[in-house]
Amino acid sequence: MTIDDGVRRLPTQEITTHTDSREILANAARDTERYGLDEYFIVDVDSHHVELDSWPEILEYLDSPVLKDTAHQMMRNWPQASHLALHNHPPGLTMQDVSGRIPHQASLAEETPGAASGAERDVTLVRRAMDAMSIDLQVVFPQPMLETGLHPQPQVASALLQAYNRWFTSQILPREPRVRTMLGLPFEDPDACLATVEEFADHPGVIGFLVTSQRHAGVHRNAYMPLYRMLEERGLPIGFHAGPNQADSMTSTMNRFLSAHAMSFVTCNMTHMTNWVINGIPERFPGLKTIWIESGLAWVPFMMQRLDHEYYMRQSDAPLLTKPPSHYMREMYYTSQPMEWTDDALLEATLRAIDAPNSLMYSSDWPHWDFDVPGRIASLPFLDDHAKRNILGETARKVFGL
Amino acid sequence: MTTTLDGSAPPRRTYDVGASDEIAERGRLVVTLGEGADAVTVGVFRFRGRLHAYENRCAHQGGPACQGRIVSRVRERLDDAQRSLGLAFEDDSMHIVCPWHGFEYDVTTGRHPGRPDYALRPVTVGEEGGRIRVSV
Repeated sequence: MTIDDGVRRLPTQEITTHTDSREILANAARDTERYGLDEYFIVDVDSHHVELDSWPEILEYLDSPVLKDTAHQMMRNWPQASHLALHNHPPGLTMQDVSGRIPHQASLAEETPGAASGAERDVTLVRRAMDAMSIDLQVVFPQPMLETGLHPQPQVASALLQAYNRWFTSQILPREPRVRTMLGLPFEDPDACLATVEEFADHPGVIGFLVTSQRHAGVHRNAYMPLYRMLEERGLPIGFHAGPNQADSMTSTMNRFLSAHAMSFVTCNMTHMTNWVINGIPERFPGLKTIWIESGLAWVPFMMQRLDHEYYMRQSDAPLLTKPPSHYMREMYYTSQPMEWTDDALLEATLRAIDAPNSLMYSSDWPHWDFDVPGRIASLPFLDDHAKRNILGETARKVFGL
Repeated sequence: MTTTLDGSAPPRRTYDVGASDEIAERGRLVVTLGEGADAVTVGVFRFRGRLHAYENRCAHQGGPACQGRIVSRVRERLDDAQRSLGLAFEDDSMHIVCPWHGFEYDVTTGRHPGRPDYALRPVTVGEEGGRIRVSV
């Protein structure tokens, strides 16, 4: 007896960290066919590459000979530091893959034949993901580097961001025209933020700048006004890319990664959103496009209601506002992932509250454990085709001038 | 969120996919049956001696649920005073985990343990004369 014709055993019976991205994402091709995604212009406004794979290459871009020596000594002498030197990688992040249940979060350890450098390997992995998900353009961010906003030594954080930004713009962007990026700002140092914009704003592929993960600096501080003015004048969006931290005062009570992740990403951006709106930054810089990234959507209608409710009673606390806080929030932009789709009615109300057809931009967040495929947007039952086209790419085309 | 557990479309063809001893206890075999647009990928699993088969398509976002980790259900043990004694595997259980996002399914029901309407589409599977046959 033999197996029948028409039976093909999958070469990969179990997907692991060594499985090719194209095989991991093979089922996304069904969505391409089902929803005709090849006919859409799809921009993924939040995805990630694996910069720690290229860490020794990135550290070569450090300006300071002293810091570069520190990095070299760490890599040489500390057994586990060859790809972590100077970094503030929080140990809790290694819980993200749910104990190996979601392998692509832990590592994309697949083969990339012919890739002679970390940058080439990175670009290869990014291309595989884009092609598998029918994505036309992908805005690519680092991963643990986004934690630099929480680095205990702000000077080191600034130096690492500068090195990374130089590496990314010289090694990644020139290799793949479908890749774009918003570069991280050394937010603890407002002057260094200005220097970052000056140095990189005109580089092809740089389409904005990011405030990453940090939640301890008030975004309304006077020291940041020149930065916002500069970005507004250049027509470059500012993005707030949320990040988790299990050591926040609130999340430090939490005993499960689920709890800390669910709360921490959101409260990070809730904090900034509150200061941003109540201090009237949208009134001061009406042309500055603001994007809230990787914190999902469910928190937005909550904040709209909460801030409006308080504003009506305490208008004198927010004297720069001429409209309710929700008005300003509705004029900002949001990336879609992780789109909390557990209840159709609640999600529909959320999308209506934020004016999703004009404010929402698709993001995959690949290769993170809670990534969303484009079919997630295409399958929404309560949006028309025009709205879906906007969310999947047309709004991003407008916001970033693509 | 959608489920593909709709019971529609009666099976059109039965395939011999291999010998019974090729799927050990707590093991699996993932096969694509048919060609072109009609092809269906199915995971066949053995637990407590019985075979269970599901389409390789997660109810969440369509991920390859049958190609993920096979793991026992995690339980939290409590003492008589309802104090936590920590986490433990429930040895007499078998979950298949979608590698895209971690959705877990009880292999005997194909359903998510906390939200049973999230379910894999079951596929008819049988054993006869030491051979495994799947109907799609």
